[in-house]
Amino acid sequence: MAILTIQILNSLFYASVLFLIAAGLSLIFGVMRIVNMAHGSFYGVGAFITAWLIGRAAAYGLSPIWLFLLIPVGAAAVALIGAVIEPVLLRPFYRRAEEYQLLVTFGLLLIIEDVVRFFFGGLPVTADVLMDAVPSIHLSGLVYPGYYIVVIGVGAAAALALWAVIYRTKFGVMLRATSQDRRMASTLGLNVGFVYVSAFAIGCFMAGLGGAIIVPSQAAVLGMGIDALVLAFVVVVIGGLGSLQGALVGALIVSFVRTAGIQFFPEIELAVLYLIAAIVLLVKPTGLFGSA
Amino acid sequence: MKATNSVSVRSRIPLLIAAAAVLVVLALVPLVAGLYQTQLLTYGLIAAIAALGFNLLLGYTGLLSFGHSAFFGIGAYSVGFLLRDLGIHSMELYILIGIPIVAIASTLFGYICVRHTRIFFGILTLALSQVLYSLALSLFWVTGGTDGLRVARPTLLASLFDFTGPGAFQRFLITYYYYVLVIFAICVVIMWVIVHSPFGKALQAVRDNETRAAFLGIRIRRFRWLAFLISGTFTGLAGILWAPLNGLATPDVLYWTFSGEIVFTALLGGFRNFTGPIVGGIVYTYLKTYAIATTEYWQALLGAVLVLLVLLLPTGIVGALSQIARRFGAKRAP
Amino acid sequence: MTILLQTIDLHKSFGDTRACDGVNFLVHQGEFLSLVGSNGAGKTSLVNLISAQLQPDSGKILFEGNDITYATVSERIKAGIARSFQIVNLFDAMSVFDNVALSIFSREGKITNMAALANHDRDVHNETVEVLGQFGLRDKSEVLAGGLAQGERKLLDVAIAYALRPKLLFLDEPTSGVSTHEKAQIMDTVSSIVRAGTVTAVIIEHDMDVVFRYSDRIVMMHEGSFLADGTPEEIKANKDVANILLGAPLSA
Repeated sequence: MAILTIQILNSLFYASVLFLIAAGLSLIFGVMRIVNMAHGSFYGVGAFITAWLIGRAAAYGLSPIWLFLLIPVGAAAVALIGAVIEPVLLRPFYRRAEEYQLLVTFGLLLIIEDVVRFFFGGLPVTADVLMDAVPSIHLSGLVYPGYYIVVIGVGAAAALALWAVIYRTKFGVMLRATSQDRRMASTLGLNVGFVYVSAFAIGCFMAGLGGAIIVPSQAAVLGMGIDALVLAFVVVVIGGLGSLQGALVGALIVSFVRTAGIQFFPEIELAVLYLIAAIVLLVKPTGLFGSA
Repeated sequence: MKATNSVSVRSRIPLLIAAAAVLVVLALVPLVAGLYQTQLLTYGLIAAIAALGFNLLLGYTGLLSFGHSAFFGIGAYSVGFLLRDLGIHSMELYILIGIPIVAIASTLFGYICVRHTRIFFGILTLALSQVLYSLALSLFWVTGGTDGLRVARPTLLASLFDFTGPGAFQRFLITYYYYVLVIFAICVVIMWVIVHSPFGKALQAVRDNETRAAFLGIRIRRFRWLAFLISGTFTGLAGILWAPLNGLATPDVLYWTFSGEIVFTALLGGFRNFTGPIVGGIVYTYLKTYAIATTEYWQALLGAVLVLLVLLLPTGIVGALSQIARRFGAKRAP
Repeated sequence: MTILLQTIDLHKSFGDTRACDGVNFLVHQGEFLSLVGSNGAGKTSLVNLISAQLQPDSGKILFEGNDITYATVSERIKAGIARSFQIVNLFDAMSVFDNVALSIFSREGKITNMAALANHDRDVHNETVEVLGQFGLRDKSEVLAGGLAQGERKLLDVAIAYALRPKLLFLDEPTSGVSTHEKAQIMDTVSSIVRAGTVTAVIIEHDMDVVFRYSDRIVMMHEGSFLADGTPEEIKANKDVANILLGAPLSA
């Protein structure tokens, strides 16, 4: 029974991270109709920057409370990078054929992966100190890292916050208006450029946050970005691209399947996920909550 | 811009002469250049075949695949398996058995992937190659993991050429170059016919205007699937040819960056014309060799050049050259 | 006259809008029929239902006696129904010649042929030249479709559909956006191929001059159902029609 609880908690933990990445991808697509092939790389950058910051701060002897605050800082750094990249590198291509947009973001992916390697070297960067700082909890005799519960909490909070921003704020209205009809929105006086860069920055923040919160439990390694991209994609295929609920439900499904897969078929876990995505695509191409 | 539609063979003669000339030049390379250049050019021809296959999907069908490394890798690994598990040494058998294997894989993956276009297609294909990559790593007792599978020197033309004894490596390189050159020429001819056939025209119609193509009675999904099958098979053949030259089938030819390189070659040469990918494949092989020699971060260099290409030279080398030629020709006309 | 196409109690709604409200549409073989009505009357929806671009909510569509209500696009084309589009829909990056040749290849079942050069098929080549001649586009055969003038694009749009040699040809506003001279060119061509007995044509039109001059029969739709159905003379005499078509000439 306790083991089942642990598996469920593990799944929720992983789902939180996946949700953050997928929601960011979905948001960017929903507002701007582009898929950023480098989105997973932003997740990786978030992980590396946060791990590095935590490492530095810990070396200075800062207490864990401060270390926790570095998580949103790491995410914000990624958002800043995104806010610079969108107007410079992506905006010139919105009018061009879609292939070119994909190619440019793919090029960005290649660049980012090597930039990360340049700054952080080929070795994994860890932030275990933060995870160790959170006390473990006891579940009927078994010990479970308290940090995982924190992550689940962050995931839930992020989902709520995102929902609130999109559906309850004026900015959210602007986002939704622009996603419905770009030209109409600008005719009504909305600064589409501002909306775009904000949406992109928020999406990047989410991805960066995903990386930031996972890194205390899992070292930042090269190539984590591309693995994340593939998984995030499976999530949005299942949940529906452009849908917030879709990202949440998709993340939960993928996460639970993955946990089960690791238990029983560890080698082919990724293949199983891909199979599920393929089946969903065959049966309901727009995903559970998506619209054409 | 005008298109040509003449039925006679006579108008094709300049094209045939140019192709023959290029073939002759390529055939002379081992005689004038060193072994290293010959080997490099062999890799270049292999890359050209892979790009040629890839571009049937991109240039002619309008589908951008980020997972073509899957087919290249399947081709390469099939050679490794045929050698290790069935003791086969014949290059001809590698090709004869390998091609159906790659074709089956392309058919299966194509069936899933062509249900979608654009973004979804791109990422579906990417995810696909990543799944294969992860399998190659995790099922290491089958695939050799990161070490890969060793591929010994094969026999060419049913043991007519055997490579043992002194100077064997040099003889192999030169003979293999001509072997690949012949296959390359055959591939180019086959692809050229396909692209200029009614099927090829229909693919372009599907690319340009899916709705209208459907209203001509063209079954869109089936055509895309067929294109995917041919495309994957060509790229897989390149993988089969690559394995003996590389001596090893490793997971990196299944990794997403390798797919990116294939995409890059088509873009570099120009994906809107027939010869673009051929030029791109050969030029890229040289560029990559010098880039790797120059910097450890050649991937970033690749990415940056990719972005610059899209920005400045979207029609690629061949596209730019033909634009220049056209302007030059226009100036000369009275 | 034999009935070529028949719809039985065809219904299609988009939310509250009834695009087709129990439509019983009859097309006789060999006639030149015009489908008229104000915007939103349901004409294009009816054609979309018949050409498989839309699925009906209820009702049947019979073609040559066969039920094609749920047949796919390619099945209907094989059966002999073709259409052109309101917004001209061509293969802009291909030559005029190739645009027409494609239809012929498709019709002849040669379109999956990858082992022969398209340009070497003499039969297709000759027929393409013939069709281009019928539509006055022969001297533009090498030009890319995207580079044609609007009137020529409309002609090519019709030519592509015609080259499928359908039994029933639907033309959605074939003369919109073109000059008077080009209108006559398009309509004369269509009229002559109908007269030659090779095809039955149904056109959606707003230009009543064109409609009265060329049609054998006129069907008027209004808010999803048929208001009037008759020869040009009968329609001209119809008071309801006159009320709907404000400003339409009642004497030709």
